[in-house]
Amino acid sequence: MRTKQVSVFLGNEPGRLVDMLKPLADKQINIHAMSVADSTDFGIVRMVVSDTEGAVKALHDAQFAVRVNEVLAYEMPHIPGGLLRLVAEPLAKAGINLEYFYAFVGSEAGKAMVVLKVNDLEMAERVLEKG
Amino acid sequence: MWEPQYEKMPREELEKLQLERLQQKVKYVYEKVPFYRAKFQETGVTPKDIKSLDDVTRLPFTSKTDFRDNYPFGLMAVPLSEVVRVHASSGTTGKPVVAAYNAKDIDTWSNLMARTLVSAGAHSGDIIQNAYGYGLFTGGLGFHYGGERLGAAVIPVSSGNTKRQIMLIEDLGSTILACTPSYALILAETAWEMGVDLASTQLRIAACGAEPWSENMRAEIEAKAGVTAIDIYGLTEVVGPGVSCECPYKAGMHIWEDHFLAEIVDPVTGEPLPYGQQGELVLTTLTKEALPVIRFRTHDIVNLHPETCKCGRTMARMSKVQGRTDDMLIVRGVNVFPTQIESVLLSIERVEPHYQIVVDRERHLDDIEIWVEVSDAVFSDEMRSLEELEGRVRAEMDSVLGISARIKLVEPKTITRSEGKAKRVIDRCEL
Repeated sequence: MRTKQVSVFLGNEPGRLVDMLKPLADKQINIHAMSVADSTDFGIVRMVVSDTEGAVKALHDAQFAVRVNEVLAYEMPHIPGGLLRLVAEPLAKAGINLEYFYAFVGSEAGKAMVVLKVNDLEMAERVLEKG
Repeated sequence: MWEPQYEKMPREELEKLQLERLQQKVKYVYEKVPFYRAKFQETGVTPKDIKSLDDVTRLPFTSKTDFRDNYPFGLMAVPLSEVVRVHASSGTTGKPVVAAYNAKDIDTWSNLMARTLVSAGAHSGDIIQNAYGYGLFTGGLGFHYGGERLGAAVIPVSSGNTKRQIMLIEDLGSTILACTPSYALILAETAWEMGVDLASTQLRIAACGAEPWSENMRAEIEAKAGVTAIDIYGLTEVVGPGVSCECPYKAGMHIWEDHFLAEIVDPVTGEPLPYGQQGELVLTTLTKEALPVIRFRTHDIVNLHPETCKCGRTMARMSKVQGRTDDMLIVRGVNVFPTQIESVLLSIERVEPHYQIVVDRERHLDDIEIWVEVSDAVFSDEMRSLEELEGRVRAEMDSVLGISARIKLVEPKTITRSEGKAKRVIDRCEL
């Protein structure tokens, strides 16, 4: 399933994550999934949130650089070898390149969730839906 | 033109007038200012030695340090009782430079500012929103008196309170904005954030000065504010704004040579350089009475072109200030000015003109660090594309300026916005 992801540019300094999370908390926005990519000077925070538009507004008001884009959120059984057989192998076979992904345990027992950014969203969606 | 009889004067005649005024002024300072008399005597030159304009090079230079050493009134040629106005520079180090004017000076200056505004494209029906700082700074009152002399309506809003500035532009129908170029950009940005399209207001011209800025910055201001941005030049030691100004052809700033004698010298040796060559601008005031200055080293790097302009003015044109000799950075032996770095940054698509150059205390460096703000337009969720951006900026600095730069991407609005002159180079220990 496709979902909206919110990315934020964050300076690599103590306390910046607090500055970023606070406006979201104040607006009662829930973070469903999150990952941080880091370089020497900055990080890119990527999130799937309960209210994308609200999050973008709150972050803009707090003067962050923000970007919204579409990613794939794929729910799968939380079992050994699941990620390998249900995600990695099918995508590799189809020749789809992963830009990045993050995974987390799902809200339902026995389920896990992967958020994927790929070079070909449509094809990846088809491949994963086929199982 | 405000005074075509001077602005279009044939150069031969102009030079005759300049020589006459120079001879008078040299004699005047020799008699009235002990500082100049002592300096002339030290150099072995007397007013009688000035027989041609070229003889000006026989006179000693005056520097900012001379103003400091004779602080506050030591360089004055008239008693304080004759002074009607005092301005001072925003001295960042030590004592400020104090400039004094008698009634005649204020009259001359107001007239030159009216000439400057007309050259920028203004007329008596204009509404000038003067966002230069009022007070000790020459910019505020300089533009104010010039605008009034011209017969325009002047809104003395001074700098700062950006949202109110935009409200006034909309509500009062300001046609001319006078402010520093960096503040013009802040205004344009803020207007955009407020949902105000400046291009649909009455605003026509931005009269920008008081700091060096690049052609790319001009393009940025013109695009974002929907105006013609005109460069205006001046300095406190010489008079304030109104030394030179562009005309709508934007082919250099016409120096009001009937009042200021301009030379270009080698910044290191002080030797005179021919027209067309880049060097340090040196100015002598030809008509000022309270605080005349002889051969003032401006530290501004420019070219001079004496050919008649398309606008018909014969007054020599100086290029935009290419840099300041005291702002000059030496990176592995390459001389670099902040304005050049700005130019390169602005040539890269979507990169904002908000940057800061971080240097170590001594200005001879192996490389420099340039901080560039990440806007929504350049930000990406992919690390690779941000790294590519850093790489592109680095490569451009290398290929255009021949310097190696470390690029650091920083969050939006982390670089201090200035409502007056932007401070582009900062020392690491100030961080």
